[in-house]
Amino acid sequence: MDATTATPPPDVLIVRPEEEGRTIRAGGRWKESRIVSPLLFVTLLLLWEAAVRLLDIPSIILPSPSAVAVALVHEVGSVSFLNDLMVTFTEIAGGFATGAALGIVLGVAIGQSEFLERVAYPYVVAFQTVPKVAIAPIIVVWFGYGLSSKVVITATIAFFPLLANTIAGLRSAPRDQIEMLRAHTATDWQVFRMVRLPQALPYIFAGLDIAVVLSVIGAIVGEFVGAKAGLGYLILQKNFSFDMAGSFAILIVLSLIGVALHGIVIALQRRLLFWTAGNDRSRIAAP
Amino acid sequence: MTRVAVSHLEKRYRAPGRDEVIALHDVGMTIEPGSFVTVVGPSGCGKSTLLRILAGTLERTSGQVTIDGRGVSGPTRALGVVFQSPVLLPWRTVLANVIVPSEIQGADKSAARRRARALLATVGLAGFEDRYPSELSGGMAQRVGICRALVHQPGILLMDEPFGALDAMTRETMNLELLRIWREQGITIVLVTHSIPEAVFLADRVVVMTPRPGRIAEVLCVDLPRPRTLEMFNTPEFGHHVTAIRRHFNGAGGLD
Repeated sequence: MDATTATPPPDVLIVRPEEEGRTIRAGGRWKESRIVSPLLFVTLLLLWEAAVRLLDIPSIILPSPSAVAVALVHEVGSVSFLNDLMVTFTEIAGGFATGAALGIVLGVAIGQSEFLERVAYPYVVAFQTVPKVAIAPIIVVWFGYGLSSKVVITATIAFFPLLANTIAGLRSAPRDQIEMLRAHTATDWQVFRMVRLPQALPYIFAGLDIAVVLSVIGAIVGEFVGAKAGLGYLILQKNFSFDMAGSFAILIVLSLIGVALHGIVIALQRRLLFWTAGNDRSRIAAP
Repeated sequence: MTRVAVSHLEKRYRAPGRDEVIALHDVGMTIEPGSFVTVVGPSGCGKSTLLRILAGTLERTSGQVTIDGRGVSGPTRALGVVFQSPVLLPWRTVLANVIVPSEIQGADKSAARRRARALLATVGLAGFEDRYPSELSGGMAQRVGICRALVHQPGILLMDEPFGALDAMTRETMNLELLRIWREQGITIVLVTHSIPEAVFLADRVVVMTPRPGRIAEVLCVDLPRPRTLEMFNTPEFGHHVTAIRRHFNGAGGLD
């Protein structure tokens, strides 16, 4: 039986490949938004600064943007902060890579075998319904207060978007492309390699993009539960000592990590999936 | 000697909770090597089903199908198939798309590339080898599809309404080009279409099919001289053949 005739897996967390090209269709507005967006940011910062100063809000409740900036410069210059940053980044990267790799491998296995899908996939979905935050304390007990427990927590969170999207992507291959290969005597493996896998890549990248942002959450949750180092651990310490400006500074660093990782995924996607919408080479002038 | 032989071919579709549909009933025909056979009929007459069974991508319910004396039980290397849409892989260049069948069959890559370049040149696509499908027009893409079906040097070319999606002028050009390729390559062609003039213009023999159940109503020999030219569309002989075929569909409609 052809795998494409099977009902698609329950679409928990399945995200369709990002529809690009919006920026191109809205060509005229794009330039405007490039100016308006930073303006909005600066305006909000100024309002915030003014509110804190005029209303005389204590800095242990809400620090002013300038105080946060000072704290940020101070933190970034310190060796212990860089150490915490490296710890958290290692947790994010290690957990993301492990979870994503496992998700893709199991997704390919389930996507290729309907037997495996019927036997194993219901349990995988059941596992996904358990909140990962709730099992974080257990994982810390099992793997200790060090790096490995955070990597495991992050991996369990990054795993599912890739599993679900890999399965959906492998199923998304158009029937006519598969029939074209079959008519020319292609084997199952050749159909997988020549059509199913390339067709799954946009889905896999959409999954990577979700997982990379979730990985930041996973690492911080792990550190909140129990850690000896890392940016999440540092936030807790700053909170205990009422250093709100320091806490905000770390939040900025965390969101920068998330934005940078997202940017890497999108850049890789643009490069590898040049044939997808809004990305085709027809716009590049022929030599 | 026959290239393709079909006898008592039957295809039924059975969907749960529905009445059985007879797509093909008692279909029989023989196709000589090097001949050009067209299959014409309205939608639902089973012509595409017949082609899929010949291609080995669809199982038959009963009956015999042999290609070069061997029973068909799946896709074979002796065939090239052209589909309604070009079905090009968007991440592959034109050249990489054309060599797909050779790649599947594990043929020598550089030989396949050389042959692909030659084929692309014969359909006027020299210089387009490194373009991507998104850069091609509909007619160009379908030409690439035809080159792909020929790259592994099959004896038989099966074509399922290959020009149905093209505009009338492109379609005429493609018909002439196809006749030239057929002459040059010395292959057997089975082409399915719903256009009676196209069926007559291309064929040595036209297989006329009628729907519900899909069966062969008539096999018509076209004795127009070769090479065919576009002027022949206006000759009385051509009109005579077209009228003879159209007779079968009075009231059935759905044909141009």
